[in-house]
This record gives sequence, C-alpha cells and structure tokens, in this order.
Amino acid sequence: MAMAADAPKDGFRLSMLIYDTRFRAITIQVVVLILVLLGVAWLLNNTIVNLAAKDKDINFGFLWNRAGYDIGQALVPYTNDSTHFRAALVGLVNTLVLAFFGCIFATILGVFAGVLRLSHNWIVARLMTVYVEMFRNIPLLLWIILFYVILSETLPTTADFRASAALIADGQPPLASMSFGGTVALTNQGTNVPAPFFSRGLGFTQIGDFSINWNFIAILVVVIGSVLANRRVRQAARAVQESTGVRPVTWWKSLAILVLPITALMIALGLSFDIPVFGKFNFAGGISIAHAFTAMLIALSLYTGAFIAEVVRSGIQAISRGQSEAAFALGLRPGRTMSLIILPQALRVIIPPLISQYLNLTKNTSLGIAVSYLDLRGTLGGITLNQTGRELECMLLMMGIYLIISLIISSVLNAFNSAVRLKER
Amino acid sequence: MTIQSTPDFVRNTMIAPMEPPASQRGAVKWARENLFSSVMNSVLTVLGLLALFLLIRGILPWLMNGVWNANSLAECRAIVAANAGEGASGACWAMIRERWHQFLFGFYPADAYWRPVLAFALLFVALAPILFSGIRRSILWMIGIVSVCLLLALVGVDGHALTIGLAMLLMAALIGVVLFAPHRLIWFTALYPAIAFFLLWGGSVWAPVVAMAGFAVMVLVYQVLLPRLGVVMATALGFVAACLWWLFLQTSVSTTIDGILPFGLPSVDSDQFGGFLLAFVIGVTAIAASLPIGILLALGRRSDMFLIKTLSVGFIEFIRGVPLITMLFTASLLLQYFLPPRTNFDLILRVIILVTLFASAYIAEVIRGGLAALPRGQYEAADALGLDYWKAQRLIIMPQALKIAIPGIVSSFIGLFKDTTLVAFVGLLDPLKGVTQVVRADINWKGIYWEPYIFVGLIFFLICFGMSRYSMYLERKLKTDHR
Repeated sequence: MAMAADAPKDGFRLSMLIYDTRFRAITIQVVVLILVLLGVAWLLNNTIVNLAAKDKDINFGFLWNRAGYDIGQALVPYTNDSTHFRAALVGLVNTLVLAFFGCIFATILGVFAGVLRLSHNWIVARLMTVYVEMFRNIPLLLWIILFYVILSETLPTTADFRASAALIADGQPPLASMSFGGTVALTNQGTNVPAPFFSRGLGFTQIGDFSINWNFIAILVVVIGSVLANRRVRQAARAVQESTGVRPVTWWKSLAILVLPITALMIALGLSFDIPVFGKFNFAGGISIAHAFTAMLIALSLYTGAFIAEVVRSGIQAISRGQSEAAFALGLRPGRTMSLIILPQALRVIIPPLISQYLNLTKNTSLGIAVSYLDLRGTLGGITLNQTGRELECMLLMMGIYLIISLIISSVLNAFNSAVRLKER
Repeated sequence: MTIQSTPDFVRNTMIAPMEPPASQRGAVKWARENLFSSVMNSVLTVLGLLALFLLIRGILPWLMNGVWNANSLAECRAIVAANAGEGASGACWAMIRERWHQFLFGFYPADAYWRPVLAFALLFVALAPILFSGIRRSILWMIGIVSVCLLLALVGVDGHALTIGLAMLLMAALIGVVLFAPHRLIWFTALYPAIAFFLLWGGSVWAPVVAMAGFAVMVLVYQVLLPRLGVVMATALGFVAACLWWLFLQTSVSTTIDGILPFGLPSVDSDQFGGFLLAFVIGVTAIAASLPIGILLALGRRSDMFLIKTLSVGFIEFIRGVPLITMLFTASLLLQYFLPPRTNFDLILRVIILVTLFASAYIAEVIRGGLAALPRGQYEAADALGLDYWKAQRLIIMPQALKIAIPGIVSSFIGLFKDTTLVAFVGLLDPLKGVTQVVRADINWKGIYWEPYIFVGLIFFLICFGMSRYSMYLERKLKTDHR
C-alpha cells in the first residue's frame, strides 16, 4: 500500500468545504461572519424602525441641556442649573470615591480576616470563619439595605439634639448628644463630621469649567517628595547592607521624612477643623455624609472583605509548608518568615483574584440604587434617563463608562501583577 | 527458667505509665495550645471571648423574648413588655408567621401553592441523576427525603387530599423508575423544564408538550438525513427544522389540540410571581442555561479561528466589564428597541435571558481556567488517538477541565443566585427588596427591620452554604490524584 505522502489532487469538490480540514476553518468563520452580520443588521434595523415609530433619534445633544435636579453629594461644583453632562460627571466621581474607599477598607478587613482565619488561636479562627461565611453566602443587597435601614431608623432625629425650653426648665439634657467628644453628630439624616479647611490656603485658579485647587497640589507634591526621599534612604541602606552585611537602622529616618514635611505643610497652610454645631433647627458647619454613602461603604467593605479574606487565605495556603520550614531551619523568626518568605510568594497568588474582587466592588457600587445613592447609575442612568427619555443613549454611555473603568482598573493592576510575577525562563 | 531465677528485688512486670502532668492533658492542654500559646494569642483570645460575650448578651434576650403570636408590631412590643418587663427587647416573629407565604411565593394564588412546591420537589428528583451520577442508593435516599418533605410541605400549604395523593403517587412512580431502570430517570430530567413550566405558569398542557415536540422533530430530521448528508448537515438541518416548528407551527398545533382535548391548570400571570419562588425560577433557569453557553464561549475563546476567538473575547469582556444592573435595565428598557415592533414578551423571560448571558461570561472564564490548567499532553494524546475535535473535548478534555473548574463554577452559581435579588430594580418582586418592602409598608408592621432581613438572609445563607458544601463533596469525590 502506497503511503499517502501528498494530499489527493483530484480537483475541488464542494463537500471539501466541510470535510477538508484545510478549508473547514475558513468555511465556519465565513458562515459565522454572515450570521453575525445578519443578526447585527436585524437588531439595527429593528432599532431604527422602533425609533422612527416613537419619533426619536439617536442624539447626545441632551447632555448639554439643564439638568434641573439636585445632587446631595457633589464633589465637583454642581447646581441644578448645571448640564446633564456635569450631573453624569458628579455621578462618576461619586462612583469612583465609593469604589476607592471601599477597596481600601475591604483590603484592610480582608487581609486581617484572612490571616486571622489561619491563626492557631481556635476561637479567633472560628470567629473569622463565621464572618467570612456569613457575608459570602448572603446577598450584598441585603447588607446594603439592612445597614441603611438601621442607620436611618435607629439613630436620633435632628430635633432630639435640641435643648427645648421644657427640657431646660426640667434641667434635663437633650435626648441625644454628639459622639467622639462632641465632634461628630449621628442623626437619622446623616453623619455630621468636622470639615478640614485651611485658614492660610493657597486658593484656587479657575481655568474654563474646571478649577485648580493649589492646596491639593501642594499636598500631593509634598507627599510624593517624601515617598521618593524615603525610597532614596532605603536604597542607601540597602547599598550599605550589601557592602558590609549590616543593615543600618532607618526606621526613625523614614518616619521623620514621611511625617515632618507634611506636618510642616499643614501648619503652614493653617489646617483647622470646622466642627458641626447645632443651630436652631439643624446642624451648621462640618460635612454631612449621607447615610446612603455610609451604608454602601460599610456593606461593600464587609462583603468584599469576606471575599478578599478567602483570597488571602488560599494564597497563603498555596505556599507549601516546606517554605516556612526551610525559613525556620535558616533561623528566621516567625514574623520575618512571614514578611520575607511567605508573603512575597503568596502575593503573586493573591493579586490576580484580588484584581477581580476590586472590579466586582467597583461594579457593585451600582447597587447604590437600593439606597438612592446618586452614583453614575443614579444620575446618568437614573434621573437623567427618566427626565429626557433617552434610554438608548444613556444606557450606551453608562455601559461604556463602566466598561472603561473596568478596563482601566484591570490593566493597571495587571501591569502591577506582571511587575511582581515570578520571573521564569 | 530465667524468670524464676530473677531475684525478688527485680520487677518482672511493666509498671503502668503515669498520666501526663495536668497541664499536658485534656482541656488544659488544648486551651494552652489553641488559646494561650503566646502573649499575642492570649490577647486575641480574650478579645474574641469579649466580642462573643457582647454579641450573645445583645442578641440572646432579644431571641428569648421572641413573640410568635401577634397581629402587629405594637402588639408584639406590648407582649414583650408584659412578659420581660419595660424596656426589654424582643424579636417579633409574628410578622413571619403572618407573611411567610409572601416571602416564599409573592402574590401567587394561595389555592395553587401546591404547584410551586411540587415543582420544587421535582427539581431535586430531576437533579438527582446528575448530582449523584447514577449511584442508585444516593438517588433513592434523595427521592425518599424529598417525598417526605413534599408530603409535609403539601400538608402545610394546601391540605387537599386529592393533590397530596396524586403527588405521592407521582413520587412512588418515580421511585419505581429508579428501582427498576435507574438510567431512565435522566429522561425525567430532560422533560423537567416542560413539567416545571406547566406547573408554575399553568395554562393548557399542550403548549409545553408541543414545544418539547420541537426537539423530537429535530431528532427525527437528524435521524432521517444522517445516512444521506452526514453529521454536520444533518445537525444543521435538524436544528433549522426545529426552529421552523417553534416559529410557525407550534402555536397553531397547540391551539388545535387544545380545542379537541382541553386539559390544563388555571394559568398564573408572571407578575404574580415573587419571593423565593421568583429567585428560584430565575436562578435555576439561568444556572442551567449558562453552563452550556459558558462552555461554548470558553472553547471559542481558545479557538484557533480568529473570528470566533475575537467574538468570544469581545462578548466575555463586555459582559464582565458592566454591572449586572445595567444588563437588567437593558432587559427592561432597551430590549423593546432591539426586537421587532410590537413584540412584547414576558419581563421574567427577558430578565432570565439577560441574567443567563451575564452568568455565561463568568462561567466561560472559570472553564477557561480549567482548560488552561490541563497539561498540554492531554490534548496531544487525544490527537494521537485520532479523535476529532468534539470527541476529544467530550471524552478527554471537558471531563478533566470541568473537574478542575468545579469550585469556580459553583461559586459563580452562588453569585448568580444571590444576584437574583437585583431583579427588584426592574419591578419584579424579589424576596429581599420587593417583598420586604411590601411587608414593611404595611401599617401593622411599619418599623420592623431585623426580623424580615434575618428571615430572608437565613434562607439565602442555607441555600448558598449548601451549594458550597456540595461543591466540596464533589471535589473530594472526583479527586483522583494521590497526594
């Protein structure tokens, strides 16, 4: 029997499009392409017909119309005379602020809970297990609503802080008083905390629609400068260690470099706090944080923290016992074993799932709808959408923005991941 | 003899070992090792005990003073005050006693509660052959337990002797099937979607029957064309024939048969669904549908074909980049733009479709991880055996990849089930926000917050915790490496 060294050359038959592996991939892709194009064309056609039937068009011009609604928590200057675009921007900032603080608190909580869950201490390990399982197996929405309801239904009303004439006559104090040495007022409306301000501030420069906050820039410059200087000190210490084998003590230098300049700047700018004071009917001064934000922050941190705890635990457990035994054999103390041997290796395992937890947290900020937190979904995808009736445009924009946020977070953290990844051949 | 010759002062029997010192045995040793092994540990223990004490001191009286019989929150508080003294706190479980059916069924008609209960019980029967992969003893145990629970539940919610008798007869028939032909039970699993649809929505029995007949048409066309046209064309044409059946013939055929043989249950509208019934309908359907789609997407993402790969990656990354809430709003607001004018199908169905798509992207990523973890040698071995792509996937790759991916798949399922609560935002009556809001809006129960959330949270916890424990059991059972 002759070896089939060459493929048969007897012309091209139609069935070869399916049965010949040389052509099959192309056939399948062409068929899929046609089907996809047909599907997209069908959807587009439907959309055009439906829009025409409702006498609508696709037009993003509405973004420059007056929004006409108020937003409680606006970190970008905003009034109800501003445009829908600006409202969306305020919403985006609210989303990002919530996601930022949520990620920080969730990480702190998660690392603590994850490490303590592996503790040899029986009772602490059990308590952490209860925390993790409880938050992982109950919907986030329940926690958000529960914390919000508790905050807004159990805390005293603003009126309870008032020393009414009857109470004064009885010599009684008001029903409610401020916490933390009279600086923070917890009411059923929100949390009033002291507001930092600069008595000798550097002021603002208005450029077009945006204003530059020079105080903020000064703080940023000083912080970055201190961090860089601290890095130089550590590099010098490392050079000494590598040449002599003895590491000079640097902690007091680092502490001084990190703390002194920023303290000096704060004194120079005249940092003081505007403490909320109860006026006639309500609190004046300070910052009022709405319970929507507080409840979202607590719920998101606790919920995501439970997931991060599992990530941290599995990351530490993924490092084999041999590594810590080898470290003990070298005479390293348990603390140093953790910081020099286990954590650097565990970090590599931990970071990829940690990234997806951060992404989840960011996407979960959209649950602010449950407590009327005006984030991106609340402004652009909520009030703006309902007022203008432009569902298609608002939804497309909102999905696009969420997609971009997710892609940015994942690409930044992936870059960090590839920087710390094990360098293999 | 040497023993007799040993002098009297030499002991010839072993003395019993002494007990270890008191600090080295029993509870003391355990406490020293596990609670007070170092200063740090002791501090942690004390802090932990303190936290536990404060927690119990806060919760225990509240639980102990719980009231089960009352008609309003005010009455509850009065009873607590009368029993435990002024200022004592107590739980008001009377709310759950009065409203439990709304938490479970929403506004489903009360005389038809046996239908969702039966559908729920049959779900476990349908799952049994898959969950225990044909182990007859486990399946029998499962169906037995389900039958007992079903009997108790039916007596609880319904009490009609006829329905209970019929349901028990059905369960007995299913047990018979397992006893005599355990492998036939998989047919029940295949038919379950139609049975559940009929039980839950009611209406004519012929609608689901004729819809299932579409699959029979598909198989028939495939069998007829297979010898002439080969596998690929026969499958494609069978699929086309089934689609034609569903699109053009289904409605007329089912109405014709219904005209001749009218038989069915009273139909229930979708907006009467609510509570955990809704969560289960959406969750179970989306879980069942997202797994095959997720597998296809994962394979597409690893495909060599550029177009397929690009489409899969684009779909997965898009879905994973946006929150579920935007997908739900798409279902409720945008789908009307994308579909032909005047199509208006059920909101629950629209939500299920979008939730399925959402879940399948996450499942696809989990399965891709499983595929990537498989050594390259497995693929090469399948090729060396001469298996074609689908055979290699079915016999070699998928069984191993899915096994690796089990923890991830189950945690996606848990996430999906928890996310069914978000349907409240498109106007459906989920147990958490939808029903609880209805209850809390009632003048009698205004101001109640711990009890409804604890009740709903507890049910969610039991289900999700159960799923994660099952995944651990599965992981242990399927573990074949020896470490």
